[in-house]
Formats: sequence, C-alpha cells, structure tokens
Amino acid sequence: MKSDIELIDKNGKRLDGRKPDELRPIKIEAGPLYRADGSCYIEWGGNKILAAVYGPREALPRHIQHPLKAIVNARYNMASFSVEDRKRPGPDRRSTEISKVISEALERVILTEQFPRATIDINVEVLDAEAGTRCAGLTAAAVALADAGIPMRDIPVACAAGKIAGQVVLDLGKEEDNYGEADLPVAIAPRTEEIILLQMDGHLTVKEFDEALDLAIKGCHTVSELQKKALLKRYGVL
Amino acid sequence: MNSTVLSSIKKDYIYKLAKQNKRIDGRAFDEYRKITIETNLIKKAEGSAKVKLGNTQVLAGIKMDVGEPYPDSPNSGVLTTTAELIPLASPDFEAGPPDKDSIELARVVDRGIRESEVIDLEKLCIEEGEKVWIVFVDIHVLDYDGNLFDASSLAALAALATAKVPAERFELGEDYPLPVRNPPVSCTFSKFNNAIVVDPNLDEEMVTEARLTVATDREGNIRAMQKGLSGSFKVDEVRKIIKTSIDTGVQIRKILEESIKNGKKN
Amino acid sequence: MKKEVRDVVFPSQFLGDVNQYKAGQGTFVENGKIYAERIGIQSIRNGVITVTPLKGNYEPHAGDVVIGIVEEVSTSTWLVDINAIYPALLHVNEVPWRVEFGDTARYLNYGDAVMAKVLSSNEPDRLQITLKDRGLYKINGGAIIEVEPTKVPRVIGKNGSMITTLKKFTNSRIFVGKNGRIWVDGEIDAIQKIEKAVRLIERDAHTYGLTERVIALLKNDGR
Repeated sequence: MKSDIELIDKNGKRLDGRKPDELRPIKIEAGPLYRADGSCYIEWGGNKILAAVYGPREALPRHIQHPLKAIVNARYNMASFSVEDRKRPGPDRRSTEISKVISEALERVILTEQFPRATIDINVEVLDAEAGTRCAGLTAAAVALADAGIPMRDIPVACAAGKIAGQVVLDLGKEEDNYGEADLPVAIAPRTEEIILLQMDGHLTVKEFDEALDLAIKGCHTVSELQKKALLKRYGVL
Repeated sequence: MNSTVLSSIKKDYIYKLAKQNKRIDGRAFDEYRKITIETNLIKKAEGSAKVKLGNTQVLAGIKMDVGEPYPDSPNSGVLTTTAELIPLASPDFEAGPPDKDSIELARVVDRGIRESEVIDLEKLCIEEGEKVWIVFVDIHVLDYDGNLFDASSLAALAALATAKVPAERFELGEDYPLPVRNPPVSCTFSKFNNAIVVDPNLDEEMVTEARLTVATDREGNIRAMQKGLSGSFKVDEVRKIIKTSIDTGVQIRKILEESIKNGKKN
Repeated sequence: MKKEVRDVVFPSQFLGDVNQYKAGQGTFVENGKIYAERIGIQSIRNGVITVTPLKGNYEPHAGDVVIGIVEEVSTSTWLVDINAIYPALLHVNEVPWRVEFGDTARYLNYGDAVMAKVLSSNEPDRLQITLKDRGLYKINGGAIIEVEPTKVPRVIGKNGSMITTLKKFTNSRIFVGKNGRIWVDGEIDAIQKIEKAVRLIERDAHTYGLTERVIALLKNDGR
C-alpha cells in the first residue's frame, strides 16, 4: 500500500513539494458571519472550516448550569459533502471525541469564572476536509472566540506533526495522514507554551516524539501570528 | 432555548412602515436583497455552490454514489435532498436530528428540483435494475437572516448545474458534467398586516403570519408551491404572488444562469 | 477617510508590570504581569491600564438605565431580556402600579418594552431591575434600534454631543439604553435616518471626523 507512494523523495521534498518543516498554505478571516457573536473562516491546505461562537449566554436547561463558571461547549461537525465518500449527516463517534478534546482545550484559556451559570457555544463546521481538521478547527475556534469578545488568558492555536517514511515532518497532508507512520496533533497556549491538546497515534520512539513535539510547537507559533494578523485586520488597520 | 424575543414595538413599527409601502430595510415590496452565487468551492464535493442573499448564507454540496435503484423505477437514478440548520447559523438553531423546519426546507427544495425535471433521472441509469447514480443534495445553512427557501433553492440548483459525475472514481469511464436543464426559480413571499413582501429578512419573518413559496420555470409555468405558517391568503393574493414570482423570476434566473456559466468555465 | 488604530490589543497581549502600573478593567494579572483579556483599546490613566473591549456582551452595572423586553410573565414577576447574558427580574414591588397577584400580564405582557434601571446586586447573574424611578416607564410607539453595546458611548458622544446632533437634525425623541438598545420616536423618515446614522457610528466608531460625516448623512434628504 504505502510502498508505491514515495512520501519524501531523495531531495527531501514531500508529495506537494513541501520541505519537512513547512506548513501548508493558510488563510484566516475573522468575522465572516452576520448572526454569530464571533466567527472565523480558515483555509489550511485543502481544509475549509467555519467556526462560530454564541455566548456567553444563559445555560439551559437549568440543571446543566455550573454555579461558578461558564460551560465551554464546542461542537465539531463535518458536512456530508466535505469528504470523498459522503458522510451521513449527524455526529459520529469521531466527531464526538474531537468535540470533547477541543472543548477541554478551550476551557483552559477562557476566563470562565466571569460567567457563572452560562454557556459558551462554539461550532466548528468542516466544509472541505483534507487532514488536520481538528487543528485547523481549534485554530479557527480561537479566533472566533476573540472575535466574540470572550475574555481569554491566551489565544490558543493548534498544529500537527507526524512521521512519514521514517522522517519527522510538520503538518501532515492527505496522503501523509493515510500512509504515514504517526500523527501528533498539538494545541498550545502560545504565551506560556502550555499544552492544552495532545493526541497521538502511530509509532514513535521517545526521540522522535521530542522532535515531533518541537516541530509542532514551532508550527503553532507560526500559525499564532496568522491568527493575530487576521484579528488586527478586522479590528484595526493593516 | 435562548430565543430572540420580538418586541411589540418592532412589530408595530414594521406594520406602520408597511402601511406606507415601506420595509424595515428600505426595499420595495417586490425587491430582493443582493444575491451573489459562488460555485465549485468545495473540492471534495462533486458540485457545490454558496449563495449570499442579503446576510443569509447557504452552502449546497452535491455528492454522488453508485447504488441500487428503487424497485418501482429500475432505470431511474436516485435524487435525495437534505437540509441542515446547523447551530452555526443562528443562536436559535440547536444541534440534533433534523426538525420540522429543516425537513420542510429539504422537501420543498427537492420538489422544485424534481418537478422541474432538472435532472433527467433516466440518464443516471448505469445498469437497469442493478446500478444507478445516486445524487445527494445537501443544503448547509451557514448564516440565517431570513428566506432560507430561496437561498437554498438557488444554492442547490447552482451546485447541480456545475457538478461533475465522478465516473472515474467508480471506474465507469471519464468524469462528465451532470446533465441538468430547466432550473426553476423559487420566490418566497411573506404576509403580515395585509402587506405582502418578497424575500423576507429575519425581522420580517418574525412578524410573518403566512408564507408562500412559488417555483416557476422559464416558460412561466408553476412547478412547486408551499404555503407555510398558520395565517391565510385570499385567492387573489395568491394570484398576485404567482404573477410576481414569474416577473421576479426572470431577473433571478439571469443571476443564476450567469453564475452557472462562470462555474462551468472552471 | 483616515482611520486610526488606537492601540488595539488582543487577548494575552502584555501591557505592563504590576510594580509600575495598576491592573484595571479588561485586564488580568499573571506572575506580576498585566495582560489584555479581550480585543480592545488600551488606555493608561493615572497609572491604571484598562482595556475597553471592541466587542462583547453588555455587562450590567447598578444604576444603568436600559431598555428591556419582557420575555416571561409570572404571577408576581416578569423576566426581562436586557441584552445581557442573563435576563433580569422585575418584581411587582418595583413597578409604579398596584398589581394584583396574577394580574401581571395586564400591565406588562410578553414583548412589551420598558425603560428600567438596574438595581445593585451581590449576584451578577440574578439581577433585578426597577421601573420605580423618574424617567422609567413602559415604552410605547416609536422603534428600537440595536447597536453593539461597546459602541454606546460613541452614540451618546462626549457630554451627549452625538445624541444632541441626532435629535437636532431629525426632530425626534431619542433615548440610548446602556445595553445597546436605542429608542427613537418621530416621523418614519426621521427614524430611518437615525438608523442609518447609528450604523455609520457603529462602523466608524474609532475614526476621526465621524461627527461631520454623521451630520452630512442627516442633512441629506435623499437616499
């Protein structure tokens, strides 16, 4: 299966021409939606993802309310036409898991104690998918939260690293995700470099893990600058 | 949950404006908001189109698969339309299985496509009784500011008209454009306080007593209709609405055909 | 049209050290350093760093006069949407009428609008409002225009200058609620002009020459 695809050629170039430590092209736009309190549209490689925030608003039904802080409720969903084999509409186990890890990551940076008994609803909708949707989704959700004026200790950002053809690389693309040996999505709070999302599947030695984590964090910082640029473009002058 | 409360002041104001033939956003009674249509934006989909109607935004994606025909139409392809009112689009939309509104929206858009025979389903037969093309039209509402019927209908049609049958992926030859024809144009009217306006925005929808959607074709024939909500229409109101649909339909069809032409170039 | 970026800061941006400045509204402190908590405009006055948010909910404070819309009617209370995170409670004891038990809907019903004052409270999420003060009442007629709560000060203007301008050129009554709701009463043309002006103010709140452009819009009789 993977033997007839050369993921990295002898010059170190990947299938799409990238170097091992190069990100796919990324475009971020803050505030594209009219109704949402905050929103963000991101294109990351072939990914097209829309994120929207509603809140803080009263959490209902009342029994789900937390007396001291806001509930952070992120919902990750893939549109049925976003993948090659049409996906049946509705949440599946994978989207439920991704929704959970994204909610937990965002909860770490949002100043939830300012809004007891409230909920902050974050919707991440994948419109066109090409590997790394949870990282792009979280990155867009972060911009949408800032766009909504939700107080945060930091603007979280995510990026993945992985291993293909025995080499650690940044930001896996479609074939690399399918035929590679490891995938490591990471989200950080860039100011303090706290890791708020970390998942891994595949096979890595401890040394490779260190390399991949380093690379992913570097990638996160690059993307973090793009987030801030997008926000300044909307609220200031660029 | 957290529904936006309509103030009676706003309702009275909209009614007062209507008495002077005015609308809350300054449009004429038979005037549509600005329409923009973008096609072929989703690479994974066989066809796609995003419609902006004022602030309302709807994205339609076309996916195709090979499957079995219905037993009562063995040489006919299958068309199925779904609509999702995703929580992204409005503070009042909740996540969950399709509710009455999204089902009605999907079925009305579907009827418009089906009854206008936009797709010649017999052309989608691969092996009679065994294999046919299944066309999935998935409507994804992204931003809700009124009139989802017309925005969704335009998005579905533009997506279908610029879609490609993915024959290569199923080893059935080369990819080719999905054969479509005769797109209907859907016009939705809203009645409140005896005023009838076309293309209601969100504020107008909140005070609407009765709603009527009419889909017409190029020859000025009626292909589909749907009345909604619990108010009523007089017979000559319905006749007037049909006439306005046909007249307004001409301009909207121009915009639709222009976007399809541009989409096919890509 | 010159646009100015007046010290726009984003969440987690470093603003100063705690031993040099005091942390004011819109900031948080971590390890002796002051950071912005939202997108906003930074300002330093008397050694206090504050960040005025550019976007965000209306945050109620005691004494604010707001425009609320009744969303629920109970036997001795009303729940009123004041465009904040939580609705506010209006008790029969806080209205200028003698309301019999269960008779509440006769005075204020679902969808009615009121000009009310926020009462002080220990629990920010269980606020109460009152109609029992001068200048507070049930609103009738006119129209309500919504504006982003963070832009309210600009709509009012320094010492009410912007509101005065709006009133002068349109001959109408205008009241700006702190919660981003504006009540306007006058001729329909006047109301429509004011709405256009408010949208302009909202869009260009942090630019120079705004007042002149608003006046030009108000003077313009055509579309």
